[in-house]
Amino acid sequence: MTSPPALEAARLTLAYESRQVAHDLDVSIPDGAVTVILGPNACGKSTLLRALARLLRPKTGQVLLHGQDVQRLAPKELARRLGLLPQSSVAPAGITVADLVGRGRFPHQRMLQQWSHEDEEAVARALAATGVAELADRAVEELSGGQRQRVWIALILAQETPVLLLDEPTTYLDISHQLEVLELCRQLNRDQGRTVVLVLHDLNQAARYADHLVVLHDGAVAATGAPETVLTEQLLHDVFRLEARVVTDPVFGTPLVIPIAARNTAAA
Amino acid sequence: MTPARLLPEGRQVWRVGGTSLVISPRLVTITVVLLVVGAALGVAAMAIGTLRLSFAEVVAAVVDTSGNAQHDRVVRGLRLPRVITALSAGAALGISGAIFQSVSRNALGSPDVIGFTTGAATGAIVQIIVFQAEALQVSLGAVAGGLLTAIVVYILSRRGGVTGGYRLILIGIGVSAVLGAVNGLLLVTGDLNQVYTASLWLSGSLDARTWTHALPVAVGVLVLAPLVLPLARRASLIEMGDDIAQQLGVRVERTRVLLMLAAVALAGLATGAAGPIAFVALAAPQLVVRLTGWRRMPVVSAAAMGGCLLILADTVTRLLPITAAVPIGRVTGIVGGLYLIWMLTRAKQV
Repeated sequence: MTSPPALEAARLTLAYESRQVAHDLDVSIPDGAVTVILGPNACGKSTLLRALARLLRPKTGQVLLHGQDVQRLAPKELARRLGLLPQSSVAPAGITVADLVGRGRFPHQRMLQQWSHEDEEAVARALAATGVAELADRAVEELSGGQRQRVWIALILAQETPVLLLDEPTTYLDISHQLEVLELCRQLNRDQGRTVVLVLHDLNQAARYADHLVVLHDGAVAATGAPETVLTEQLLHDVFRLEARVVTDPVFGTPLVIPIAARNTAAA
Repeated sequence: MTPARLLPEGRQVWRVGGTSLVISPRLVTITVVLLVVGAALGVAAMAIGTLRLSFAEVVAAVVDTSGNAQHDRVVRGLRLPRVITALSAGAALGISGAIFQSVSRNALGSPDVIGFTTGAATGAIVQIIVFQAEALQVSLGAVAGGLLTAIVVYILSRRGGVTGGYRLILIGIGVSAVLGAVNGLLLVTGDLNQVYTASLWLSGSLDARTWTHALPVAVGVLVLAPLVLPLARRASLIEMGDDIAQQLGVRVERTRVLLMLAAVALAGLATGAAGPIAFVALAAPQLVVRLTGWRRMPVVSAAAMGGCLLILADTVTRLLPITAAVPIGRVTGIVGGLYLIWMLTRAKQV
């Protein structure tokens, strides 16, 4: 990596109450790239994302955002530099799209500065980028799943943070909506230079859209790097307990995983 | 795209220099109307009674220009404390209900449903039966009882440093059931006179309220409402989920604890002043949200609505053609029960 990383986690120990999720975890997220975090269920992907965004305080270790300890940043200051879309959020009953997206401007507002011209422009840009501008007056609860997910992404975009973390943004979406969301993430990175971190489940989508992969297994980094070097048959076997072939995608030239069988033996 | 379109319908921005405020003219209008209605009902309530007075006479007696000693005594000594108690207790319950409904993300999350009113009653009954206490101690006992109950419910519903939602409501209902039984037990163990006083108190009443009843709750509302108001925006962000609010820069658990402390204090003060009053905390915030379309935790409007509801209920109760005095708490209980059933049957999700 030529430029210093956007996010760097060092010797993280992450735990909920007494259940330890990760120990001595080191992760580096390159600046200005699309990073995808992969891993089997319950390997600590969401927990890592929450720790990176300071939603979870690590028991030990620290998270650096462009070299600064996130624990030392004021909450709103951090919220202007890093945005996280959690897996599940609740739209208040009857709220309109524009109203919900406008809430993303909270870290830029103060008690006597509730709606500046910049707020207005940022919300307009976020609505346009996610293609929901024409839905601005509609109630969020009336929308389809795909539209709703784009509205939530618009909220995070309106926050205008250089670093974006999205926890499973494609879950519950059909395949074309999944691709739409992934294309949007790539656009945000390519056109606006934002650092994007995604948690995904689909290995082939990860291979296609990631510049950088982080594979987690049992709370530790099993592999990290470019998709071509990371996604090997051996790794799929060790981490995902999957018997698979990896070939080159005939269309995109990225690795293409062909699952053959699940290996249920505990040998892995 | 016109910029105005990005603000929800019916909202306006007031900008002066670098300052900008988002205003809902409808919310402002409805709040002002409710405040006026509350004041008018208060004056009306002071006009009726054994000594009938005109509105002008009531106002003159309140502002001390009547020159009529009897009017002054009746209005300022007897009727004004009752009206102030009703308006303040209603306002306190309105704010308290708005906070708990926001924190629990549920229209059922009002202090009378999740046990704080029952806990306040336990505190008051202990004072009456065990210590044979006077009005002020009873009020303090109610506040302490409500606070203690809230702490127990908070600790039990806390998991991983996080509260809120269903767990708060379900545990609150459980604690409320236990305290209800304790209250019943206290009533059968006490001396007959005290038991009578206690059960009268348990019915919730605005009869014979003095300034000792009125002042603590009135001061509580005047102090706590301005403290709660700036937290309303944060509360609305927390309603979307802890994680999304926190990543927006809200200190979630701290905000929630502050709001709950204020809400418990308000509910305790209201209960101490008027006894357990059902329905107002549950309905006032819901009614203003429906009237105003303001999708944010209501504070001043909920307070105004709560005050109106309670003074209205009290005045209507006094006008009922029944010779026996009907306790206000029982009336709101019946209305509240019906409202709750109606809400549950038509709710898509509870």
